[in-house]
Order: sequence, then C-alpha cells, then structure tokens
Amino acid sequence: MAAAKEIRTKIASVKNTQKITKAMEMVAASKMRKAQERMLAARPYANKIHNVIRHVGQAHPEYHHTYLTGREEIKRIGLIIVSTDRGLCGGLNSNLFREVLRRMKEWNDQDIELDLVIIGAKAVGFFNRIGGNIVGQATHLGDEPSIESLIGTVKIMLDAFTEAKIDQLYLVSNNFINSMTQTPVIEQLLPVKPSEEEELKHHWDYIYEPEAKEVLDQLMQRYIESLVYKGVIENIASEQSARMVAMKSASDNAGKLIDELQLIYNKARQAAITQELSEIVGGAAAV
Amino acid sequence: MAMTIHVDIVSAEKAIFSGLAEMVFAPAVMGEVGIAPRHAPLVTRLKPGEVRVQLPGGGEESFYVSGGMLEIQPHVVTVLSDTAVRAADLDEVAVLKAKEEAEKAIHDREAKIDYAAAQAQLAETVAQLKAIQRLRKRSGR
Repeated sequence: MAAAKEIRTKIASVKNTQKITKAMEMVAASKMRKAQERMLAARPYANKIHNVIRHVGQAHPEYHHTYLTGREEIKRIGLIIVSTDRGLCGGLNSNLFREVLRRMKEWNDQDIELDLVIIGAKAVGFFNRIGGNIVGQATHLGDEPSIESLIGTVKIMLDAFTEAKIDQLYLVSNNFINSMTQTPVIEQLLPVKPSEEEELKHHWDYIYEPEAKEVLDQLMQRYIESLVYKGVIENIASEQSARMVAMKSASDNAGKLIDELQLIYNKARQAAITQELSEIVGGAAAV
Repeated sequence: MAMTIHVDIVSAEKAIFSGLAEMVFAPAVMGEVGIAPRHAPLVTRLKPGEVRVQLPGGGEESFYVSGGMLEIQPHVVTVLSDTAVRAADLDEVAVLKAKEEAEKAIHDREAKIDYAAAQAQLAETVAQLKAIQRLRKRSGR
C-alpha cells in the first residue's frame, strides 16, 4: 500500500494548490470589476479636457502649442512603458515587451535614440536585464493608483519634450478590450495628434485668465497626465483579467490532475486488495 | 422657473458632481468668480478652495478642490479638479523621485540594448507559453 499512500499525499497537495489558484481567480475577478469601474470613472475628465483642447485648437488656428506641433526631424523618442507589478498573469507582459521591442528595433535601425520611463516592477526587471536608457520609473502603485504617483514620471517626459530633448512621446500599455482579450498598444502622446472632427459652426473664443499660454500649458499637462493615468488603469484591468483567466485554467488543470490521480489511486488500491485475496486463497489451498 | 446652467465637476479619478445650478462660485487664481447662466466663455486656473453650487429651488452644495481648471461656456460649466495640491516645486520633487528610483535600479545596466538577445529571450518565454497551451488543448479531451 506504499504506492497508494504516496498518491494520496500527491492528491492532497494538488488539492491545496487548486484552492490557492481558485482563490486567486476570485480575487482577480473582483479586482478586475473594480478596475473597470475606475476606467469608466476616469473617462469624463479625459473627455472634457479633450473637448476644451479641441475647442482651443479650433478657436486659435494661428496659435500652436509646442505639444501640438510636430517636429520634422526625429532624433530621439520618449517611451512610457506600463507593465504590471506582479506576475502570474499569463503572457500579458511578455506580449507587451515583444511588441515594444519590435518597435524599438525599428527605431533603432533608423538611428533614433530612445529614452524610457518605466511604470511597473515587471518592466523594470525586464529592462534591467536587457538594458536601455531609463530616465525615470515608478513601481508598486497598487491596485488603485492615484494620479499623483504618476506626476513625476510624466513630467520628466514633458520637460524633455519642451526642451527638445525628445521629439516624440509614446505610451506603451495593454488595452483592455474585454475580460478575454487584451492587446498591447503603442500610442502616440506627443505631439498631440489633431483629431479630424467637424469644423466649428461659429467662431468664438474663450476669455483666458490669467493668460492663454499659462492656461494652455496646464491644460496640456493635465491632458497628457490623464492619458497616462488611463493607460495605467487600463493596464491594471488587463492584468486582473489576464490573471483571472490564467488562474482559471490552472484550477481546471489541477482538477484534471486530481481526477487522473484518483483513478490511479483506485487502481492501485484494487490491485492491492486483489493481491491480498489471492494470497489468502492461495494460502488456504496450500493448507 | 429660474434660468439654470449645467455644472460638471470632475477629477481625473472620478466624476464628482453633475447637475443643474442657478449659480456657481469658484476660486479662480485671479479671485473668486461667480458664474450665472449665459456667462461669457472663459477658461481659467483654479486655486485650492471651495466650489459652491447653488441648486435650483434653494440649497447649496460645496466641494473642496485643490486646484485645477475651470471652463465656462454659456450653458455649461466644467470644473476639472486636481486630486492633489499641485505646485511647480512639488511637481519638481515628484520628478526627482522618479529619477532617483530609476538611478537606484541601475547597477550594471547598459544603455545600449542588445535587441537580438532580448528578442531571443522573449521568444523563448512566448514559445513556452504556447507549448503550455498546446499541452493543455491536447489533454483537454
């Protein structure tokens, strides 16, 4: 019965693992829901700022903010890369890194240099291994990141753009499509892409207090911050849903493994009983 | 019925208030402004203080904002509130912190990326994941 005992312990340990993965799955599911809510809650702010900026852009065709005008020659590009802080979320981070590396290589081939700002411990680890010019980073933002924790990282890049150290700024993060699908996206933040929308019907302008430039500067900064914030939140939602799916399949696999082990255990038990019986019968016949 | 104006108070993290008002008061940098319906279009910065919304039919709600932006159109007022006290020097501190974090993490990292090695490494991880999925499918029966 030694084999049967071993199998029993194995089953117990797989069951324990299954309990853990099940719990993680449920935790991830509830966190995903909360992250989705935060995604929705962040939307009005981004929309409003976008509207105001669009309005300002149309009311002032002659005024061009630095963030709106593209530069002809691109020598250096800034990247804000958003990843998760923790693992166990399937191929989420790997897919993102693969996508960004492909783009980075393209830029590299065109002799464009790259500055990186990194959010999330996984990306920090990755770029520590492979190298890269990291100018700023933020990790362990938690499940409910506040926009304050992103101010520094975003401002590094905004300052670099204003000082013409970088000529373009991109945000790399996972786009949350639904709980089954997340895709890595590389989105251009600066220069702000003009939105092709209908012309303004009538021409009017705001009164600016104190001054147009100051107000616009702040608006632009907030706008970019809100875009990065949105990327971070969306990445968290993606992380949780990816983890949920990964943990679900881990629990399923554990279940399958338990079934198989149970079958083997039963067979071993039966074989042992049969053997004992035949031994008894054989012994009785010999007497 | 008295004239009303639509008010939205939002922060980057959530929508705080949305509704009609007879009058809105906000702490603009140039001094407190009172906004009645059909106010001229205006964009201004806010300083930390109280935004008061006079609701139609009496009653008043007030919200604390730690700065932000105020946008006024004749029938809509939008308060884009900051969630934290922001000042140029505080922003600088945040920048320094982010830079410091990055510098702390640099041990013997090279600024140059070995793309070939990195891609090979990633391809390995992805291949592993794919293999796991295939195995799973096969045992899926």
